[in-house]
Amino acid sequence: MTAKQEFLDQLRAGLAGLPQADIEERLAFYSEMIDDRIEEGLTEADAVSQIGPVNDVVSQIIDDIPLSRIVKEKITPGKKMPVWGIILIILGSPIWLPISLVILSVLFVIYAVLWAVIAVLWAVDLAFIVSGSCGIIAGIIGICSGIGIPGIAAIGSGLLLAGLSIFMFFVCLLASRGLLALTRVTAKGIKTLFLRKESAQ
Amino acid sequence: MDIQLKRGLLDVCVLAAIRDEDSYGYKIIKDMKPYIELSESTLYTILKRLETAGMLTVRSAEHDGRLRKYYHITETGIRRIDDFKNEWREIMSIYQFVTKEEQHDSKTGIS
Repeated sequence: MTAKQEFLDQLRAGLAGLPQADIEERLAFYSEMIDDRIEEGLTEADAVSQIGPVNDVVSQIIDDIPLSRIVKEKITPGKKMPVWGIILIILGSPIWLPISLVILSVLFVIYAVLWAVIAVLWAVDLAFIVSGSCGIIAGIIGICSGIGIPGIAAIGSGLLLAGLSIFMFFVCLLASRGLLALTRVTAKGIKTLFLRKESAQ
Repeated sequence: MDIQLKRGLLDVCVLAAIRDEDSYGYKIIKDMKPYIELSESTLYTILKRLETAGMLTVRSAEHDGRLRKYYHITETGIRRIDDFKNEWREIMSIYQFVTKEEQHDSKTGIS
């Protein structure tokens, strides 16, 4: 097998799971790129190696394709779908539809609860800020109107709460960023899951 | 460099590479090479994006017994280059303002 054919075969295997038209177009594109290099005087092996390792090419292509396109391709009933498959899906819908709805709802609720925890953290921080500044103001008013000791105590606790609120702010920020990062990682995970499942077929 | 900015710049570079005459994939990469290195997969994505945006059209022509795709710039594509030049003038004047401040700072000893 020639180096070019080997490259294209590996590329095709790596892209399995993408829309068929996309694969053909990409293969034609790389084939033309290799041919043009050969025409310029390079050997076939050199021309292929200039394109780079197949794995790098594949991973770059997958990175470039949006998840929505991959999912759309997956759920659009293609010509390959046999009639009995469609009938089974329709007949089975009273079973799989509620189950998948429940699973999706549970996952959504878990995700929403995570955000709710973060919202609570922010709310606590806000409470610290408000009660802290109220303590300081009340203390100053207290001292000015002659209630010295309780006033100083109020300022003290106000400062303590203010300090806590600064600490909490960073905790909240960290938690929010963490969950955002988790969301991104999950999205990428779903994307690769879809592709792996496809290429396994 | 900021990804969004780089993407915009590469789009204009590819348009400029096909502005004077229709060109094909490998030639675009070669023409751009002295200025900016471009991988095949990046070029593919850019060409697709520009085609979808109506800034270029594609035709297949036979060359040496095989098919080769040629890219042709459209009116919209040419307008994109013109827009870029105007935007760049603004950016250059901002750049001058920013560097002027720096020179001023270094003179007064504030960095």
